[in-house]
Amino acid sequence: MPKITFISAAGAEQTVEAEIGSTVMENAIRNMVPGIEAECGGACACATCHVYVDEAWYAKVGAPEPMEEDMLDFAYDVRPTSRLSCQIKVTAALDGLVVRTPERQA
Amino acid sequence: MRMSETIAPDVITADVITTDVLVIGAGPVGIFAVFELGLLDMRCHLVDILDRPGGQCAELYPEKPIYDIPGYPVVGAQELVEKLMEQARPFSPVFHYSQMVETVARLPEGGFAVTTDLGTLFHAKVVVIAAGGGSFQPKRPPVPGIEAYEGTSVFYAVRRMEAFRDQDVLIVGGGDSALDWTLNLQPIARRVTLMHRRDEFRAAPHSVEQMRHLVAEGRLDLVLGQVTGLSGADGHLSGVHVKLNDGSARTIQATRMLPFFGLTMKLGPIADWGLNLHENLIPVDTEKFETSEPGIFAVGDINTYPGKLKLILSGFHEVALMAQAAKRIVAPGQRIVFQYTTSSTSLQKKLGVS
Repeated sequence: MPKITFISAAGAEQTVEAEIGSTVMENAIRNMVPGIEAECGGACACATCHVYVDEAWYAKVGAPEPMEEDMLDFAYDVRPTSRLSCQIKVTAALDGLVVRTPERQA
Repeated sequence: MRMSETIAPDVITADVITTDVLVIGAGPVGIFAVFELGLLDMRCHLVDILDRPGGQCAELYPEKPIYDIPGYPVVGAQELVEKLMEQARPFSPVFHYSQMVETVARLPEGGFAVTTDLGTLFHAKVVVIAAGGGSFQPKRPPVPGIEAYEGTSVFYAVRRMEAFRDQDVLIVGGGDSALDWTLNLQPIARRVTLMHRRDEFRAAPHSVEQMRHLVAEGRLDLVLGQVTGLSGADGHLSGVHVKLNDGSARTIQATRMLPFFGLTMKLGPIADWGLNLHENLIPVDTEKFETSEPGIFAVGDINTYPGKLKLILSGFHEVALMAQAAKRIVAPGQRIVFQYTTSSTSLQKKLGVS
């Protein structure tokens, strides 16, 4: 299974195994990764699963769709590699993905 | 004898709306409560903070599919709301939108007096709380120390435009609320600055066009960036620190700030009604779904009991049982005959199908 590494704002790392087809947010919740709230449960209806995709991975993960971009307006400290983790689907190509959680969720 | 002949529905006297049941929350479970209560001849008024029915289905995920409604392999959330509204229609529910129930108090003669923040007053024999995740409220942006300025300099809605006259106003956001208030306050404020994190706006195109026109004329400032902090004293804002999209920092002079960061759900005034609460949920029994206060029921996502699942279908089951208990309060002593909608001519008459 592909591995995803979450790095907190304080620098704590946690690597989890992720099923192909699941979302990055679902893996964070299953593994109790701190810093991901996912208030709406993955409907792209809040901005509480916000992550920064590692620069080296951003091209592979890709840019947000317009609906997600709209929802990112509600996130805190949005940066060029910001994504909502509920909208990133795990694929074999994302094995080794690194994402950082923001200092706080909106 | 049918109950509807003995109880006058919705008698309105001296601005008091009298009803059998007051349902707080017009989400899927609140709407289905109208149906189940209606089959037992109880009439409902519903109050919701949103301006339309559907609760989370309408506000959070109207376009999303739901796969666990019995009989529907897939149904869109908005579509489900429309079907539920159609199902409730024979019972003529009355909806009171864009307001929030503030107080619930017991009446000396029995029943409850219920008031909303818009001043609507109800007298109801039974209160059903179907408030889901709570009331949708504007989201507070996570800016350090913002609480100190709320209500004096920082506002999440405009109640009185006069409070913004001759002020330096910073409006944050890119949706319709942000753009509408930018355009409305621009003529009366000393200066309006609109800040958004990108140069694309979700708001209606013609509002965006008007905004850009004012910017081009030099009558409005548009800043692309994000708020990082506030300065001021005693709740009076003087400046907003922002990080611009080019990475530089700047302070915008502002005495009023209007952040528009969407909605979040909060329990709100329910906490003040004297009900037992457990982690912001309302404990109920699983026979009647009644709260610690007799005559006040809680159904759907807002309640808790051993084994509770926050599913719409659980809420549907809960209202069916709750209606039986509510009937005993609304019409004490009356025998409740269990009937099927498939075969009962009496139920079919109520539904207007026979």
